[in-house]
Amino acid sequence: MAALSTVPVDGSVGAPVASSGALAAARAALGSRRLLAGVCVVGFFVLLGAIGPLFIGNANLVGTVQSAPPSAAHWFGTTEIGQDVFEQTVVGTRATLEIGAAAGLIATAVSVLIGIGGGYLGGWADELLALLSNVALVIPTLPLVIVVAAFVRNTGLLPTIFVIALTSWAASARVLRGQTLSIRNRDYVLASKALGEPAWRIVLVEILPNELPIIVSQFLFSMIFAILGQAGLAFLGLQSPDLLTWGNILYFAQNSQALSSGDWWWFAPPGLCIALLGAGLALINFGLDELLNPRLRVYREPRRSGRKATLLRRTP
Amino acid sequence: MTAPMGTERRPPDAALGNDLVMRASDVSVEYAGPRPTRAVRDVSLELRRGEVLGIVGESGCGKSTLAYALTRMLRPPARMTGGVIEYFDRDGSAVDLGSLGGEELRAFRWEKISMVFQSAMNALNPVTGIGSQMEDVFRTHRPGMDRSARRARCAELLEMVGIDPRRLRSYPHELSGGMRQRVVIAMALALEPQIVVMDEPTTALDVLVQREILDEIERLRAQLGFSVVFITHDLALLLEISDRLAVMYAGRFVEYAPAEQVAGAARHPYTRGLLRSFPDLRGERREMRGVPGSPPDLRHTLTGCPFAPRCESVFEPCHTVAPRLLAPAGSWPVACHLHDRRFAVAQTDGDGR
Amino acid sequence: MSALTVTDLTVDYHQRGGGRLRAVDGLSFELEPGQTLALVGESGSGKSTVVRTLSRFVKPSSGRIALGGDAAQDAARRGRRAERRAYHKTLQLVFQDPFASLNPMHTVAHHLRRPLLLHGDHRRGAQLEAAVLDLLRSVNLTPAQDVARKHPHELSGGQRQRVAIARALATNPKVLLADEPVSMLDVSIRLEILGLLDRLKRDRDLALLYVTHDLATARHFSSQIMVMYRGEVVERGPSDRVILYPAHPYTQMLAAAAPDPARTRAQSAEARAQRIARRDGHGAERRESALDGGCRFRSRCPFAMDVCATRPPDLPTAEAGHVARCWLLEPRPTGASGAAS
Repeated sequence: MAALSTVPVDGSVGAPVASSGALAAARAALGSRRLLAGVCVVGFFVLLGAIGPLFIGNANLVGTVQSAPPSAAHWFGTTEIGQDVFEQTVVGTRATLEIGAAAGLIATAVSVLIGIGGGYLGGWADELLALLSNVALVIPTLPLVIVVAAFVRNTGLLPTIFVIALTSWAASARVLRGQTLSIRNRDYVLASKALGEPAWRIVLVEILPNELPIIVSQFLFSMIFAILGQAGLAFLGLQSPDLLTWGNILYFAQNSQALSSGDWWWFAPPGLCIALLGAGLALINFGLDELLNPRLRVYREPRRSGRKATLLRRTP
Repeated sequence: MTAPMGTERRPPDAALGNDLVMRASDVSVEYAGPRPTRAVRDVSLELRRGEVLGIVGESGCGKSTLAYALTRMLRPPARMTGGVIEYFDRDGSAVDLGSLGGEELRAFRWEKISMVFQSAMNALNPVTGIGSQMEDVFRTHRPGMDRSARRARCAELLEMVGIDPRRLRSYPHELSGGMRQRVVIAMALALEPQIVVMDEPTTALDVLVQREILDEIERLRAQLGFSVVFITHDLALLLEISDRLAVMYAGRFVEYAPAEQVAGAARHPYTRGLLRSFPDLRGERREMRGVPGSPPDLRHTLTGCPFAPRCESVFEPCHTVAPRLLAPAGSWPVACHLHDRRFAVAQTDGDGR
Repeated sequence: MSALTVTDLTVDYHQRGGGRLRAVDGLSFELEPGQTLALVGESGSGKSTVVRTLSRFVKPSSGRIALGGDAAQDAARRGRRAERRAYHKTLQLVFQDPFASLNPMHTVAHHLRRPLLLHGDHRRGAQLEAAVLDLLRSVNLTPAQDVARKHPHELSGGQRQRVAIARALATNPKVLLADEPVSMLDVSIRLEILGLLDRLKRDRDLALLYVTHDLATARHFSSQIMVMYRGEVVERGPSDRVILYPAHPYTQMLAAAAPDPARTRAQSAEARAQRIARRDGHGAERRESALDGGCRFRSRCPFAMDVCATRPPDLPTAEAGHVARCWLLEPRPTGASGAAS
């Protein structure tokens, strides 16, 4: 989180300047309610996914109590064939997170390579890579994912991860390319060139660190996308049924007409978990944005001047 | 505190009396934050009809913030924490700017007081012609005016600032920086305000263009009789164009003097330092120092004189007692212990340098 | 022997739609060790393009840039890589904006370590850190240990510019290009920075190119002045002569436009009245427009005459004292001598 300690100083008079140091960064992070909330939500799920399955044997075990609503014995109730929904949800957390994080990482890595690489190189290499990402961007993603997923008869985590990763890098590659185009002409990059620094060092040491906030934010977004995409794929039955993820729980619930028979406890927990995790990641993203961009910082002002401010803004 | 203003000779061509058009008393502005920045501290000033008041200081001294406060354009996190700003109309009626709300304030601004910023020329809407942007001023403030009258007035305004009226249909990018700044000035003068506040209006321009624009402002002022608050870091320029000059340091006025006399007889060591910072174009080559060091952090509480750490004439009381803006007999207000009778003994030492 | 020789340098920018913009046209000059040459011009004069070209960010369309000294010749014989290295070691620059020229992500020490590692005989370790601190002290940044640990946003503009100067000096260059090094700084500290550059120039026998729009500092900190207008040098000579007795109408106007604290208000008002009287009302646009062919200054020139529509006389290339490119100064301005006065 070293990126947090350096806040771009804008030249305006008396603008708040964050002091450096990990301590200050941590204090600032705690000050942002969104970031705190997001970290709590995501942290909870990570813990759940890491530790939860250790206490649960086989979540797919068929029980005798079938289609039972939530009770003390089965917190989230049971499925049509007597599986415990709570156990399934907890175990499903791990695979869901794994797919989300891995696909997000791969997509981010690809976008960094293509976006920053193209942006820095310029010329025909840039044109080519930009064309590639533009093409990838306009291809309708979900149908492509479905086609590819159906084609790779899936057996485990990896195909799903790659299918999602390779369809979701383009947007952030474009963002990073734009940012790189702007940074590569900044004076400090020119100064490095004037010193005769090799190109790879300029990219890795001078340009990349300045894009870390964007990269982190792009990573969080692609993780949300991967989790949603994964759930969608599983829901459509395009994921190995052996793999226990939230999406798969939804798939089985749908297949057994849980909705029409009123077994809400079957599909509500995984659905809510997906929504909560997505919201948590989004909150982290907004919180970081708020920390890193002083202009978005919320000042709690007395009401009167707040009203004045809106009036002033409207005046030409 | 209304500082007693020394009497000075008025330029004979200026047909202006001593009537005030604006008075600000003890204005303070604070930027909210974990550690609030007190950017403007108890500043008082008087602006006479038709005069040019120059405000000079380094970046971060609060001069731009003061300009925003005078036009009541501060936005959060900045907030005026104290002081009164009064405006006096031609007919003698007084308006307290602090009491104006919403619509009144909108009408007041531009009508009575307008502003030209350094970056204003880049703030013109790039997708609209300048003519329609100029007409917007009239559409907002003169709803009764018909279309052809608006057009005619805009053409007249452009002509006034030396631009071909046919340019009304041009887009901002088709004009050079100097031309755009002229358009902005024309817009600021559209409703014939009594006061124009200019914050570094020529800093981004080339020397020759800057000179032309300054001449233009001076010509228009003589013609229309508005007052100007001119804010810049360029003291040499201010000495030429302003009637009175306020030197700002760490949020306060440290010297408030007739411009013509400051050049030769500045009282405050900071003013003298600033004057030394401009090499003389044609004079003898001499050793030049400027003012070493940097201004204090306005987030801290300042004890004693904020300039003391950089001052060459510093003596004991400077570190403990904050100087007030006082006018010694036969002089203009200056905030320096060297000129305070209470520290008269030291003064003779200090003045010798 | 001169440290840098530029001969007939021409730089074109390609514009959208295939057009070309000639930013620098036939520029020749030499930089001498221990001397400062001021390159004076307004924005759009091409002075920044000169710096960018000399720093090899921009490729010239034609012309020659040659570093003096045996080391450069040697390196050139050893191939392109060696030549490139030697060039970047010998020629360094200081940027205009100290807020943009330091990487916000890195400490001051990082900025100084890189050039030392690249071009000095330094290895990482105590000796390198000592060299960093020495550099900081040489630009009067003390206490050096504290400064080295800081990030750029913790420093003031003046301090940042000192760091940028220290970085440029780290390769131990022979030629230093200073591109408006003080125009973004507060007036109160400008002279200090210029004084520092002046001292470093003397101590290290640097050949300094001082690019600026400010005539007054150009005069006080340089021995020679070269005035550029729209890509061409219009006047060149010893700094006192160029400023006190400007020959080209453009230089004359620049000198007249500069604020002069020594002038009284009455004198200023007088000068202003004269200027306003000389200008016609709506000429602003015409004055700021660019012209093709002929003297590029003629739309603004108070002495413009017919012959000015043809190309102005060439500037003598040899170091021939005080020279200017203007038909007024030619011994035989073809049939237009009356218009000059």
